[in-house]
Amino acid sequence: MVKKTRRILIAKPGLDGHDRGAKVLVRSLRDAGFEVIYTGIRQTPEMIVRTALQEDVDVVGLSLLSGAHMTLFPRVAKLLKEAGLDGVLLLGGGIIPDADVPGLKKQGVTEVFGPGTPTGDIVSFLQKWFAEREGAGAASPAAHGKKA
Amino acid sequence: MARRRKPAAAAADLVSRIERGEPGAIARALSLVTDESEGYEALLGPLFRRSGRSHKIGFCGAPGSGKSSLINRLVTCFRKAGDTVGILAVDPTSPFTGGAFLGDRLRIQEHSLDEGVFMRSLASRGMVGGLNAAIFPALHVLEAAGFDRILVETVGTGQDEVDIVEVVDTVVCVTAPYQGDEFQAMKAGTTEIADLFVVNKADLQEVDRALGAIRDALSLGPEVRAGWQVRVVPAAAATGQGVAEAAAIIDEHRASLKATGEGERRRRRQLRKELSLLVASLIARNTLERIGERHIDALLAGTTDPLTLGRALLTEEI
Ligand SMILES: Nc1nc2c(ncn2[C@@H]2O[C@H](COP(=O)(O)OP(=O)(O)OP(=O)(O)O)[C@@H](O)[C@H]2O)c(=O)[nH]1
Ligand SMILES: [Mg+2]
Repeated sequence: MVKKTRRILIAKPGLDGHDRGAKVLVRSLRDAGFEVIYTGIRQTPEMIVRTALQEDVDVVGLSLLSGAHMTLFPRVAKLLKEAGLDGVLLLGGGIIPDADVPGLKKQGVTEVFGPGTPTGDIVSFLQKWFAEREGAGAASPAAHGKKA
Repeated sequence: MARRRKPAAAAADLVSRIERGEPGAIARALSLVTDESEGYEALLGPLFRRSGRSHKIGFCGAPGSGKSSLINRLVTCFRKAGDTVGILAVDPTSPFTGGAFLGDRLRIQEHSLDEGVFMRSLASRGMVGGLNAAIFPALHVLEAAGFDRILVETVGTGQDEVDIVEVVDTVVCVTAPYQGDEFQAMKAGTTEIADLFVVNKADLQEVDRALGAIRDALSLGPEVRAGWQVRVVPAAAATGQGVAEAAAIIDEHRASLKATGEGERRRRRQLRKELSLLVASLIARNTLERIGERHIDALLAGTTDPLTLGRALLTEEI
């Protein structure tokens, strides 16, 4: 009987100082039963990845309004990989034009939530992702070890 | 599909990576022991054998008094002195949803790129006072990694299933202006456990009143415990004022623990608590598994009573 806790890091890379959206998301994720770590604004990709590593999170959600997502999101993806955190789910959100989404997905961002996405949608997405992963883990524990 | 290795071999490998200070290994081990995931038991022995060398410092105090902000400043002091620092910061789990907002990093994030600092946020998972039995193996992970100082931030007064005084060597209580008078300090029980009071937010006007409240509360009891005079220092984590003094007092306390033998007494108390919690959980696990329908039948028939039957279940196969 092991109840693996579900841990999520919400991070704001870049220079914009508005984090109301991120805070609303943190709040609803906590209310949905996740353990949520929030580190505040102006985080560099290096800080985000070191935090993800130390906190052993399952998911990193990046929120960005300033338009630098095409450089910052792929950089986080690259650093996560270099740190051996391939199993961590990387999500992006904020003001991101539809045209940029395919490029981000190609560079390691699994899903992108554009402006106005109801937080409920993000919560359901995550619940589904965790349920699938935990289901797979139960079927074959060896395949589960995310960074053993 | 990778074949799973024997738990002991996997544990030995993980522990040697922890000893080399690999952050990924430390993080993984912390998850294993706090989640009690498969394979965690094989880690406990090797980790324990590497424990007992770090200076463990606990921080308690009302929400918002500035514990994380103070820790942030103290880490800078400790790092300047050449010490490596591990941090465990506990925030409450919501009793309603099981979720938690772990926000202490907000104040401590400036050290996130320092290789000599490792910080982990923990959810209290059911304990309002923050600490539960998992704090001991979590500490042993950081001890095995060889951090010179380990800082533990807890919620409120840190008194719950496990009291902060049963876990760390030095207890720092953080208060701030507008947190009540000497009676609040007494009610919270912090006067009995603190080795050092930091009255934070000394940039605010009411700081003298707050200092007075703590000094009054302390004056009502024994002033010196185990050769140590409890200290009160004003500070402002926001500006850094008073932080060097607080760090110096923490070091004085560490020296006093050595000189008076109180350090060993505290260590014995920590070990006793760790062992007691473990025994309690082992007994509960084994005994509860043995309760069967026949025992309920006996209670229903009135041939025995819960206390008699409970005692028997602990000691014999019935
Ligand atoms: N004026 C003033 N504000 C401070 C000072 N230190 C911390 N604060 C503020 O107090 C608030 C709480 O600080 P934290 O360090 O998060 O307090 P905490 O005790 O760790 O809080 P919890 O972890 O939630 O219990 C923040 O808004 C800080 O900016 C100080 O020296 N002066
Ligand atoms: Mg805090």
